[in-house]
Amino acid sequence: MAASFGVSSAAAANAVKSPALSPPSLPVIRSEARPISCRVNKSRKAGKITTKAVAAQAENPASAASKPGHEVLLFEALREGLEEEMERDPRVCIFGEDVGHYGGSYKVSKGLADKYGDLRVLDTPIAENSFIGMAVGAAMTGLRPVVEGMNMGFLLLAFNQISDNCGMLHYTSGGQFTIPTVIRGPGGVGRQLGAEHSQRLESYFQSIPGIQMVACSTPYNAKGLMKAAIRSENPVVLFEHVLLYNLKERIPDEEYVVSLEEAEMVRPGEHVTILTYSRMRYHVMQAAKTLVNKGYDPEVIDIRSLKPFDLYTIGNSIKKTHKVLIVEECMRTGGIGASLTAAINENFNDYLDAPIVCLSSQDVPTPYAGTLEEVTVVQPGQIVTAVEQLCR
Amino acid sequence: MAKIIHNPLVLSSSRSAEKSESCCKLSGPTSFMSSKFLGNKLLSTNSATSPATRRSAAVVAVSSDVVKEKKLKSSSSLANLLITKEEGLVLYEDMILGRAFEDMCAQMYYRGKMFGFVHLYNGQEAVSTGFIKLLKQEDCVVSTYRDHVHALSKGVPARQVMSELFGKTTGCCRGQGGSMHMFSKEHNVLGGFAFIGEGIPVATGAAFTSKYKREVLKEDCDEVTLAFFGDGTCNNGQFFECLNMAALWKLPIVFVVENNLWAIGMSHLRSTSDPQIWKKGPAFGMPGVHVDGMDVLKVREVAQEAIGRARRGEGPTLVECETYRFRGHSLADPDELRDPAEKAHYATRDPITSLKKYLFENNLANEAELKAIDKKIDEIIEDSVEFADESPVPARNQLLENVFADPRGFGIGPDGKYRCEDPKFTQGTAQV
Repeated sequence: MAASFGVSSAAAANAVKSPALSPPSLPVIRSEARPISCRVNKSRKAGKITTKAVAAQAENPASAASKPGHEVLLFEALREGLEEEMERDPRVCIFGEDVGHYGGSYKVSKGLADKYGDLRVLDTPIAENSFIGMAVGAAMTGLRPVVEGMNMGFLLLAFNQISDNCGMLHYTSGGQFTIPTVIRGPGGVGRQLGAEHSQRLESYFQSIPGIQMVACSTPYNAKGLMKAAIRSENPVVLFEHVLLYNLKERIPDEEYVVSLEEAEMVRPGEHVTILTYSRMRYHVMQAAKTLVNKGYDPEVIDIRSLKPFDLYTIGNSIKKTHKVLIVEECMRTGGIGASLTAAINENFNDYLDAPIVCLSSQDVPTPYAGTLEEVTVVQPGQIVTAVEQLCR
Repeated sequence: MAKIIHNPLVLSSSRSAEKSESCCKLSGPTSFMSSKFLGNKLLSTNSATSPATRRSAAVVAVSSDVVKEKKLKSSSSLANLLITKEEGLVLYEDMILGRAFEDMCAQMYYRGKMFGFVHLYNGQEAVSTGFIKLLKQEDCVVSTYRDHVHALSKGVPARQVMSELFGKTTGCCRGQGGSMHMFSKEHNVLGGFAFIGEGIPVATGAAFTSKYKREVLKEDCDEVTLAFFGDGTCNNGQFFECLNMAALWKLPIVFVVENNLWAIGMSHLRSTSDPQIWKKGPAFGMPGVHVDGMDVLKVREVAQEAIGRARRGEGPTLVECETYRFRGHSLADPDELRDPAEKAHYATRDPITSLKKYLFENNLANEAELKAIDKKIDEIIEDSVEFADESPVPARNQLLENVFADPRGFGIGPDGKYRCEDPKFTQGTAQV
């Protein structure tokens, strides 16, 4: 289990020192280029950029014109969110392997053990099922643990505790005990990490009743989701992605949270609704550039909330474009896309002009060889082709 | 199939007498090491040759040794006693409550009032009473599916437990948990778990909170947690992982093994390479103690020590209680595999009979007082059944209420409103 992380964290450390080393196929999206529209504020003027804050801060345009805020990398944004919540509430604590002295294998908890001590930032032995169960017991008795899976794949060992205890205990206790835990960690297909370190657990966890699942994709929503998840009384699983930790963005100085249940409008458009999350958002945006050049106007929504789905944002989009393309990194079978397809068909069938197209990863264990790995996940070229076919 | 007439653990206790020095050395100076009680208890179980003498020798021998360390009162008979009259009656009442409740459960199950998997605790009352009666309300108890009596000992009213078993909305978990999921926030019963071993990490977490409150939040907190589980669980990974973490961080927890020798139909000896579970404690750096779990006074002595250790911040203890369940694994188990001679042997060691004998022999109580308690408990049980019978079943609108603590977790519907705002949600008919 622990083998590969020396390499990854060194790579991450290198990337921090020289951002130019980020791999060419992964564009670094700056906030200036990406509008985030507020659900309340329906105006979609081209180029109008507003930030949305559930904590009802004054509307703060983070446009290219003024430069408030500060630049962070995504893993730093996660850390800021964690640190702010730990500062705010002394019951918030962190459990995980190497989260303390090592600072987290992706540096998300770097420095926190020095600041808060070895009990608040607890280095656990390698016993996922038990330390997740420990987090449940601690949550039941008043603490608010944030548990890190060093790689989300390792949490398969904790499935017993996540399903039976995190998810179900509030219900089986008749509402007596709450489990305000956050379970977070990096998942997804990385750079030739091999099958077991490249898993997408969102598809396995989605049926568990009683948990919420969110996936962050930008430094802005990473920090906001981290804070919202910690503050939530429900158990939340926060999916991060191994390849997104070095994304850079300017985020507000003021405190903010984002809604756990809402989707994020990435790019408004008229011709087709593209639903995506996590890393595939960047493949979609890359494809979008090509599509725009070819004269298409795709609407890109980062669904962010994998469970439950924000059917309002998604529905409004479908009512406008009448065509849906789902682009995800989950496997074809039983993935988030499969559930989303079912939900859309159930709720918005009348509004569809064409069957829903779902682009997912192949149902194969992720191969080590780079050429094979590349074709197991959806590439921008496939997205372009799919849109062209949909919009024919 | 192995015929077990004498408890194999008794035979091996002679080895454990030698080992006890080494096991305590590993964990450092503790009262277990210095207490004469442990060594003498083992000797007393070895010296008896027949079940009858073993039982009575065991009860009295413990008291005569411990008393040397206690201040003596003028009356010589009082001086030899482990418990006062009040304490004795509390223990008796709690064990009778557990026994009568479980017997009533069997009746109700066969009458079709409760369903599913129901696991009864008959015969093991000494463990629950011996440990839990020493706890404060703030201390936590975590159990397995054989949890009715742990909940009752901890203070959950019989009415609430019976209602829960009947699946009524007045049950301690609103009827949503059932026999295997007894929870009580008020009395700090943290479950009730259907998968064995599942509760041990939860107990470890509760103990962690106690330590956190003391060291991080600087609160005056000495709460301890007791984790109860069986012999089968002691081959499960979660058990070992938690022994490690509890000892590593010196958590205020006591791991109580209710070794009744059987995991449904799997004999402990057939499934375990080293059947002496108490030995597994020192392997992780905590004391491991073996105690006669059919004797509530012995259990109580050991429990006092273990809970005291935890409260003082000295860390966890593993206590193996040799006990026995008089009924099958569950009410669905025909219990054909266990040797009738084994069952007969343990029937003579009924913990309630033993305590009764002790109370009489030491003039702590008379027949009339105990009969009064029996009657009182009968009335409580009858009342709980009546209450459960008359309670309403959960209405449909209860279906969705406790899935999430924050019901916004059901998400946003196509109309833009949170699903929990939909009126059908409170009726239990919403599509979620």
